[in-house]
Amino acid sequence: MARVGGAIVLVAVLAALLGPWLVPFDPAAQELALRLEGPTGAHWFGLDELGRDIFARVLSGARISLLVGLVVVSVSATVGVTLGSVAGYAGGRVDEAISRLIDILLAFPGLLLAIALVAVLGPSLTNVVLALSLIGWVGYARLVRGQVLRARELEFVQAARALGATTTRILVHHIVPTTLPAVTVQATLGMGGAILAEAALSFLGLGVQPPTPSWGTMLNYGRGHLLDAPHLTVFPGVAIAVLVLGFNFLGDGLRDALDPATRGRRM
Amino acid sequence: MLRFLARRLALTIPVLLGVATLVFALIHFIPGDPAQAMLGETAAEEDVQALRQRLGLDRPLVEQYGLFLGGAVRGDLGVSLRTNEPVAQAIVDRLPATLELAAAAMLVAIGFAIPLGIIAAVRRGTLVDHLATTVSLTGISIPNFWLGPLLAIVFAVELGWLPVSGRGTPAHLVLPAISLGAALAAILARMTRASLLEELREPYVQAARARGTSRTRAVLRHAFRNSLIPVVTLIGLQFGAVLTGAVITETIFAWPGIGRLLIQSIGFREYPLVQGCILFIAVIYVGMNLLTDLVYGVLDPRIRYD
Repeated sequence: MARVGGAIVLVAVLAALLGPWLVPFDPAAQELALRLEGPTGAHWFGLDELGRDIFARVLSGARISLLVGLVVVSVSATVGVTLGSVAGYAGGRVDEAISRLIDILLAFPGLLLAIALVAVLGPSLTNVVLALSLIGWVGYARLVRGQVLRARELEFVQAARALGATTTRILVHHIVPTTLPAVTVQATLGMGGAILAEAALSFLGLGVQPPTPSWGTMLNYGRGHLLDAPHLTVFPGVAIAVLVLGFNFLGDGLRDALDPATRGRRM
Repeated sequence: MLRFLARRLALTIPVLLGVATLVFALIHFIPGDPAQAMLGETAAEEDVQALRQRLGLDRPLVEQYGLFLGGAVRGDLGVSLRTNEPVAQAIVDRLPATLELAAAAMLVAIGFAIPLGIIAAVRRGTLVDHLATTVSLTGISIPNFWLGPLLAIVFAVELGWLPVSGRGTPAHLVLPAISLGAALAAILARMTRASLLEELREPYVQAARARGTSRTRAVLRHAFRNSLIPVVTLIGLQFGAVLTGAVITETIFAWPGIGRLLIQSIGFREYPLVQGCILFIAVIYVGMNLLTDLVYGVLDPRIRYD
């Protein structure tokens, strides 16, 4: 499954990068005479309400989705690993303060805080990334804190401490590397989560603003043409589902590969 | 048990305070003047000033915070700027619709996920397991804001079996409940599978099999019952995800619940209503998490002594 996931992600990345050379249409170019036309030999996914090529826009939307996923995951993982490591290793008041902040942010169900933040900050791609990163680091911090609590008692860490290694050195060279497999799995699954969240916010009109092509925005506009042009809804939705499925397969496969406990025996 | 209850309740109070603080701060995250943002760039200065006074934004921050917290504790979340309706009343009016949708979605999810999880665990490593895992991963990957319109195209538009949107009859509930419950079903199926696999490895299951208990009985009567504890916990914890999903599902199907109220309020820049909805959903979520923890404590006494 991990291979299938990896293949899907690879194809999506290539399609996003090579999009402008794969399709002879500009994603913003309008052919108003052909608006809402269904899939044809020339326009594989048909045309939208302004006569724009949906295939070109789906490929262009892939760039937005992957970019949002990459930035959100990178920022969230960096902040989360740093704060989680510090909390787990330092303990005491530092741990207490960071843990309470985590508790408060976890008290908001997933996307809700992002919706609230984008609602007040204003709808834009930057604010979507900011909002998703502000809530995204919490999962990494909690995961890493738990791992560090265990790792700091391991013999090689105690040996490093006895040899006089500094706290920073112990964290960076000895403890954080032990958390990386789990962080990698979380980051892979997090890519799918961030892509879904961006699409959801854009669908609600709170994310990427027109005319920039985003899968969520395309679905939002497709809603108005469910009866006369369902292809507006079908193709961006398939793109989201397949790409997120790819990251989920990959993350799931990585977790199985990295966790011997999940390779149990049959009854 | 009482000590566990008291400790857990004591932990909830600072979280609720933190949640309220963050919701209070939301209005101050608005770039520029919040009153100007609500009325628009072209609003007259005296109108902006009047709104600032009405919302208490002209008072010192500490006083604003105190008034907000005091109001929240009393259930006074302010009034709607457009309709003058109390925010709390607007939320309470829409609560039955949201609860109805959430309950239906959870029923759909549980009814689908538990059998799928059991089959996948019992047939681990076979084609059936791979198929079940693929189905559940697909369910997690399909966004409800896509599934909803697709279901509407097929079952409402093409087949005409169910209404496209609105609330009223049980038929109105079917598509929104499936759309909202699908992702939860996928997550629950995976948890059921994983939890049952853990139990199937336990010696008591092997012992039951050695005593001649049939495979089905060993699974359903012994392992499955014990594997339910984490599944029940997950159902409780996922309630928040259902509430968030309801924001989208209610928007798609014009379901008159709190989620739709939230999105409409964002559109109208009705920030007191936005704050009220967010606070209400977060408090419900914290309450559900607390309840889940308490139930977990009852089901598994080891938790109480952690």
